[in-house]
Amino acid sequence: MAIECLVLGAGQDVGKSCVIVKINGKSIMFDCGIHTGYQDHRRYPDFSLISANSGDFTDSLSCIIITHFHLDHIGALPYFTQVCGYNGPIYMTYPTKALAPIMLEDYRKLIFEGREEEKQFSSEDIAECMKKVTAVDLKQTIQVDKDLQIRAYYAGHVIGAAMFYAKVGDSAMVYTGDYNMTADRHLGAAQIDRLQLDLVITESTYATSYRDSKYVREREFLKVVHNCVAGGGKVLIPTFALGRAQELCMILDDYWEKTNLKVPIYFSADSFSGLTLQANMYYKILINWTSQKVKDTYTTRNPFDFKNVCSFDRSLIHAPGPCVLFATPAMISGFSLDVFKLWAPDERNLVTLTGYCGSGTIGRKLMVAKPPTRITLDDNVQLDVRCQIYQLSFSPHTDAKGIMDLVKFLSPKHVILVHGEKPKMVKLKEIIESELEIPCYHPANHETLHIPSTRRIEASASDAFLQSCLCPNFKFLKTDPRQDSELDDDSNNKRKMPQLQVCENRVAQGLLITLQKNQSRKVVTENELIDTIGTEIHEEKFAYCCPIYFPNSESRDISSFHLILFGKLSREFPDLNIQDCEDVIRIQSFVGSFCSKAKCPYRTDVSFQSVLDTVHFCCAWSMGDEELAWRVISTMKNLKLSDRIET
Amino acid sequence: MEFTCLSEGKGFYYPPCHILDISGFRILLDCPMDLSSLLVFSPVPIDPNPIISNEKTSLKIDKPLDASSLICAQPRYRTVKNLILWDVSFIDVVLISSPMGMMGLPFLTRNKDFSAKVYATEVAARIGQLMMEDLVAMHKEYRQFYGPEYDSPEWMKWDELDSLPIELKQILFGADGAGFAGWMPLYSAADVKDCMLKVESLKYAEETCYNGTLMMSAFSSGLEIGSCNWKITCPKGSVAYISSSVFSPLTAMSFDYKSLQRSDVILYSDFSSCNAADNFEADNNVSNSRCFYMSFDWFIMSSLLSFLFTFLFISHYSDDDVNLEASIKLGSVDEYTEEMEKLNFICSSSIDFIKAGGSVLIPIGRHGIVLQLLEQLAVALENENMKVPIFVVSSVAEELTAYANIIPEWLCEQLQDRAVRGGQTFKAGQTSMAKIGKNRQQIELMMYLFPAIHSLKLLTNWQEPCIVFCPHWSFRLGPVTHLLRRWCGDPNSLLVIEKEVDAGLALLPFKPMEIDMKMKVLQCPFLSGITLQKSHQLLKLLQPKHVVFPEILRQHNKNNGHSETSFSFSYYKENEKVHIPYTKKDSELDIAEELVNQLQSATLTKQEMTIARLRGELVLEQGRQRLILGNDE
Repeated sequence: MAIECLVLGAGQDVGKSCVIVKINGKSIMFDCGIHTGYQDHRRYPDFSLISANSGDFTDSLSCIIITHFHLDHIGALPYFTQVCGYNGPIYMTYPTKALAPIMLEDYRKLIFEGREEEKQFSSEDIAECMKKVTAVDLKQTIQVDKDLQIRAYYAGHVIGAAMFYAKVGDSAMVYTGDYNMTADRHLGAAQIDRLQLDLVITESTYATSYRDSKYVREREFLKVVHNCVAGGGKVLIPTFALGRAQELCMILDDYWEKTNLKVPIYFSADSFSGLTLQANMYYKILINWTSQKVKDTYTTRNPFDFKNVCSFDRSLIHAPGPCVLFATPAMISGFSLDVFKLWAPDERNLVTLTGYCGSGTIGRKLMVAKPPTRITLDDNVQLDVRCQIYQLSFSPHTDAKGIMDLVKFLSPKHVILVHGEKPKMVKLKEIIESELEIPCYHPANHETLHIPSTRRIEASASDAFLQSCLCPNFKFLKTDPRQDSELDDDSNNKRKMPQLQVCENRVAQGLLITLQKNQSRKVVTENELIDTIGTEIHEEKFAYCCPIYFPNSESRDISSFHLILFGKLSREFPDLNIQDCEDVIRIQSFVGSFCSKAKCPYRTDVSFQSVLDTVHFCCAWSMGDEELAWRVISTMKNLKLSDRIET
Repeated sequence: MEFTCLSEGKGFYYPPCHILDISGFRILLDCPMDLSSLLVFSPVPIDPNPIISNEKTSLKIDKPLDASSLICAQPRYRTVKNLILWDVSFIDVVLISSPMGMMGLPFLTRNKDFSAKVYATEVAARIGQLMMEDLVAMHKEYRQFYGPEYDSPEWMKWDELDSLPIELKQILFGADGAGFAGWMPLYSAADVKDCMLKVESLKYAEETCYNGTLMMSAFSSGLEIGSCNWKITCPKGSVAYISSSVFSPLTAMSFDYKSLQRSDVILYSDFSSCNAADNFEADNNVSNSRCFYMSFDWFIMSSLLSFLFTFLFISHYSDDDVNLEASIKLGSVDEYTEEMEKLNFICSSSIDFIKAGGSVLIPIGRHGIVLQLLEQLAVALENENMKVPIFVVSSVAEELTAYANIIPEWLCEQLQDRAVRGGQTFKAGQTSMAKIGKNRQQIELMMYLFPAIHSLKLLTNWQEPCIVFCPHWSFRLGPVTHLLRRWCGDPNSLLVIEKEVDAGLALLPFKPMEIDMKMKVLQCPFLSGITLQKSHQLLKLLQPKHVVFPEILRQHNKNNGHSETSFSFSYYKENEKVHIPYTKKDSELDIAEELVNQLQSATLTKQEMTIARLRGELVLEQGRQRLILGNDE
């Protein structure tokens, strides 16, 4: 059995995340994103690779799992369900389900509006698509069908982001989506159980960077903003409506509260029908998905009730005095461009770039620009940029340490890296393979990987067998203190080592019975086997009637001889439990007693029928104790005169 | 496997309590408290004089029941009597299935010997905590009046108890007069806090493992927000504990019966249908009294529709699985509309009374109903264009409504949809939260949340007529006692209570001698479990191997032909141990493939089997037993 992993997107790349994993015959699509960098068919994952012959995706996939609402993880979903016709189950968390339509609608307007011929899906398509979605809660175990089980874990990247665990039969895996291993202002850190996994597919956006404390970076951001407004400047923060906007808003609102700043903070409300305000409404009811700190303060005040934030009216663009404005979209176009055009020429103002900016966008141009400068706008208009430009340095993605921590914690049998840049992935792969000794891969798009998976064989076990497994099996190891001091002079170390060490080594021993009829298996103890197979016990035994030299045997009684023999054996074998009862000596399965028969069938020295000063001792043992038995016999044979005298 | 019913409970507020012994572990199912027993006590008097006049005219046996016969003392609270007989230290796990099911938990957790793990859903734990805190806060009023309690209060003396009217004795000693036990002084706020520290909270369908052996998951039962049924799996089989469940509730997430499918054993613990049986009888007597405020003091709402639907439902019945499921769903829709109708009726009656100049008092303790009713009332008032304030008075009102707004994952589909589309769930609680959405209509809504009746904000905003939601449904605690005293003489005011409450006894202290209460009372039965017809279909759908029913369903099952079912069944009685055989003789064991591959097996041709000597290490994890390669030295 193997896990088959087909990477449709985000293989050695960031954008259009989409991985198809086939575990024990069940295919799962993890994420269904678009690539914002492309405008043509490369925007979507190549779905045709999913089902080679038939075009029926509903049949070839068991379910789709969406990790969070970012477009590079969900963007192609309406296209896949409404245009490609996938009709099966789709799973995502509650916040993702609530916020995804806003994201998708925003994107649709931005990309397709006014370009009818290119239109891939409509508002109705988004609504229809979302109707097919089953919302899940964290840690909820969902039985997709009889064999496939999935479960979401908190990922911390954006509100509602989740890592997904999937299990089919005995094979299990985790797809992380995007995650953050450190808590930020409004979200907690990723959290997952220790699981038995064959495979972990993890993002690797920051595969090689190590970041210092978030708070340092937050302070830096606040300082820049504060300086700007203190100098009477205006701060423009072009951002996506969801996630980053709320986080920055929280930071600013908090700071405003503490420093008693009165400068207004605005949310742009016009261009995208108050998307952010709408999003804030959702954040308020989704407070359980934020960080513990936010939740704790909730009873007194909803932290998403921003005290110093109000909505922006277009007329305020020209209003004098300092202010902070959040405007969509992040890459500076549409409304944020309108504002930018007006504010950029003033050197007191500040533009804060919040995230990834696609090539060709004004955002990208500003990233490399050094004001004062001139940049070319879309319509070949030159714009003087004299304002300051600040790039946010914190990100909701985990850094390399976080990835390593997660992989180490989960200790899967294999790791696949996606959602990152190839050179960085290669470096991380080497570290994972050398430090953690876990095989690691970084497939490119459209590559398929085969990974072996664990399998277990089902059987039923009898109560007696389970009982026997629970029997403790202690081992006592004596450590010689003298020896220790010779080997190790460190006196501290010596004191720590107790003289007697106890270790427990339980062993399960039994018999596995397989019925040929229906291949059903059953595990029983040895004793039960007889009942199960319905035969009698046949035991193999060895016997030997051993002659022992014993002077004056006629004059002495047998019991005294017994005592001598017993004493001798006890001295020779101090470890063994030697029982002496009713003229019979027992050591494990070894049984020995005097033989008074004249012709014992187990006697080998038949020629001397009755040798003087010799008695016969008849011994029997089973196969397992053969070695022991011969040692005992040789001890008896060598019974010396001295032994006799002692008694 | 052994099952013992400690208490059959009494309706919605006092759920049943059982003990289950399974694969060597002892599980306590729910730990409720009988708050209806509070009825034997008198509410806090307004002035201390009546107490003096209340001197016992001794030796008067079986004196008639009136307001003065109620016990004037700091109340004690009745816990599950039979639970006291069990050694607390032997309980390994406590499973809570509803907020009501944890009201007695602090009595248990404050015991030094208590060492069990307590599991509850996140929401049940939170709401339960708020309910307990509210109870402690309300009880404070008694403490302030009577002072600190002594070891053995006067009323608990034998001759004092003996001189009480028979109705009260029945409550104090139990219906069978079995004994006076389980009356405890209330826990403190600190006890509640400590108790909550011991509760492990879960999501619906989250798997949790106890000691590697027991896997337990909670699945929505639909009774109340956060309430659940439990599925317990051990290597020898699975058990589903079905508490009172509602298929299509107004607020809570609906009954997730599909997840309980194919359990080996079902412990059926929904007693609601037994109560419902006599409900129908009562309904028949008064069903023609829909115009209740004309002549009847006591009114029971019934809807003839429900009978019609029931008949339709039965005639649609079919053996086919798909149809079964469909029929349950069909029935659920009716359940939903029926419950909605009840709320609409309460709304329209309330508005009638307000128009007549009276106020409406609603001391209902079901949070799901209250939230939905707040919603409906707000809409109704808006439609009528009436500016009447709605007051919610409770020490936890604000926290509770705020909390209800942030748990859309735990609510019914209709409300979830609303949350996903509009970003809000309830109007209640939004008033204090929504600031940005100033254009929204809810600001118009005059809904106020107050912690207590004497809070300054309430006094300044107070205006009559008004609608008040407040605890406690027992009419012995909380703001309701004061408001009822104020309005009980007003024939234009309306009191809305549940059918489950013994109205006669509950309202006794508010009826002055020989004068009937003038205030009108609307008594409404809310759905609080699986109806008998549906339980039959449900069990067919769940395909268990064995079902354990309460004894009182024996007769019904006989009539309903449960004898022809695919599963075996047995019955349980209070305080009687029932032995339930495991359906599998052997436990399941997974053997690692590597281990099997290296086995050398011999074939026994006669027996048609192969045998092999097996040696490995047994691991017990997540309720699965696995045999892996041992580290042989």
